[in-house]
Amino acid sequence: MDESRRSFLKETGWAALGLGCGFPLLNTACSSSSAQGETPSQTGAQRQWAMVVDIQKCMDEEVRNACIAACHRAHNVPHIPDPEDDVKWIWSEEYQDVFPDQAHEHTALAIRHAPILILCNHCTNPPCVRVCPTQATWKRDEDGIVMMDMHRCIGCRYCIAACPYGSRSFNWRDPRDFIERDADGEYYSDFPTRTKGVVEKCNFCAERLREGLQPACVEAVNQVDGGAGALVFGDLGEPGSEVSRILADRFTICRRVELGTGPNVYYIV
Amino acid sequence: MLQNAFTGGRRYWMLLGFLALLILSGVVAYGQQLTEGLHITGMNRDVTWGLYISQFTFLVGVAASAVMVVLPYYLHNYKAFGKMVILGEFLAVSAVVMCMLFVFVDMGQPTRVMNVVLHPTPNSVMFWDFMVLFGYLLLNLIIGTVTFDAERKGASPQPWVKPLIYLSIPWAISIHTVTAFLYSGLEARPFWMTAIMGPRFLASAFASGPSLLILLALVVRRFTKFDPGKEPIQKLATIVVYAMTINVFFVGVELFTSLYSDMPGHIHHFQYLFTGLHGYAALTPWMWTGEVLTVFALVLLYIPKIRRQEKYLAVLCVAVIAAIWIEKGLAMVITGFIPSPLGKITEYSPTLPEIGITVGIYALGFFILSLLYRIVVSVRERMQVL
Repeated sequence: MDESRRSFLKETGWAALGLGCGFPLLNTACSSSSAQGETPSQTGAQRQWAMVVDIQKCMDEEVRNACIAACHRAHNVPHIPDPEDDVKWIWSEEYQDVFPDQAHEHTALAIRHAPILILCNHCTNPPCVRVCPTQATWKRDEDGIVMMDMHRCIGCRYCIAACPYGSRSFNWRDPRDFIERDADGEYYSDFPTRTKGVVEKCNFCAERLREGLQPACVEAVNQVDGGAGALVFGDLGEPGSEVSRILADRFTICRRVELGTGPNVYYIV
Repeated sequence: MLQNAFTGGRRYWMLLGFLALLILSGVVAYGQQLTEGLHITGMNRDVTWGLYISQFTFLVGVAASAVMVVLPYYLHNYKAFGKMVILGEFLAVSAVVMCMLFVFVDMGQPTRVMNVVLHPTPNSVMFWDFMVLFGYLLLNLIIGTVTFDAERKGASPQPWVKPLIYLSIPWAISIHTVTAFLYSGLEARPFWMTAIMGPRFLASAFASGPSLLILLALVVRRFTKFDPGKEPIQKLATIVVYAMTINVFFVGVELFTSLYSDMPGHIHHFQYLFTGLHGYAALTPWMWTGEVLTVFALVLLYIPKIRRQEKYLAVLCVAVIAAIWIEKGLAMVITGFIPSPLGKITEYSPTLPEIGITVGIYALGFFILSLLYRIVVSVRERMQVL
């Protein structure tokens, strides 16, 4: 009895000390990075970037093309004519293929074949990270982005086999010949181009978030007539963020929830 | 001991020359792949692993099967395998070398291969596969050379190899189990995500590996003065019969689960294999060939009168190897990608350079095997004379 009481006291003491030291640190960490987000975090909850895709608003082809073009231009994503070798960060696929567990025998044809934007889900429990033999892909602690180090990747493509969403692309050939350039022959973006033989995918615009900007795709849809809010980006760890509010109020779905990967891209039906 | 590898008749040198030519053409094809990228292979956005990783998987089985001679000889003191053990161990050595090369040529950035060691990642099965394969290579090299050297000198091997030999037994099981875990732990690929994959891999390995060993023993007897003996060959044949039977049973178990449950995600892959899916059926003729070979080999292997005649046994061994190669070296990896997680069916067929590289690696494996077997044979020939 005494023993357990003493150890209980001891543990509480340590816990109190931990809280005392930890909370101010956590708060500073959150407030110093709040410039990146939409609102400063008050709860100190783990930041997790997330995206909400409004399927209805994305039915507009112009909206979809705008965000695909903006993303691929911002990241020097090549467009390779041979579809078997192509590299994609954000693109659209049919509803029945994106949500195979939602489409049923009598799903209306228009819905079955409706184009749905897809990208890396930045899973909470990412299988690609679990299998990577070199930690060339990892889940970033501070904001939950599944990152890629193109300089460490050995090109084994185990992550592609492990991803249940087909979100990853391999550079089967040198991508640089297929990247869009301006009139002077320069790339549109200074985002590092990749070499052949490495895997790449959407990075939730980590480089733009660092500058306090929204992802390129989100910015692009907001500039299209009727496209505002087609893609919404924000912090799920922050209850007041727009994404948190949408998920609390609207009927939303995720891809392949039953796999337990915890996707962080949500869809308003 | 090593100098024996460079003594031999005209046929030996012709064999080495022929293999060297194949290796060379593989090297040339690999040079093209290095400069142009993996797009020169048949692999694509949807089917991201192909012939290379399939051969790797098949050959891990061949490597692991050495345990089928090591275990009876060292654990059960089955003396008849005395002359066979070294052939099994050296076959494992060359098979592991081929495995490693197949993984290497599959990599997009092969110069970064050391990243696997520089950034060890225990949560990645691929990391463990690297480790166990490399360990298995070392074990077989050390055990093989030390025990054979002792035998050559007419002494008993140094006592410190004994624990290594015992270690090599579970280690052999581990290399194929870990290779199965590469696939069976992926929730993205229902075709692979089956607990029977590890046991299936082992059963098929213990059928195809000993079959290959029987053929090699027959070749050695035919072309040299060294005879590995009739009894060990028949014992290996028994192992093949049991292993192949268990393998067929495991395949049946897997088919039942998928077909009876009738879940689209599972059944589509089997449909693709056996009947074709939405008109895509590149593997269907292969699969049925494999099934016919399996039934043919198994039924005839059951009949002792046929099994005991080495000329028939040789044919049946070829059939077993071919059937398991189709199953593991062709269908198993590719079908995991068809259909893709996005419901796409993209078929895969290897390109000429890809086949050239594959043949080149097999040639290199057999080149190494020829050198190692040459050493064994010339030492044994001399001992038989004495």
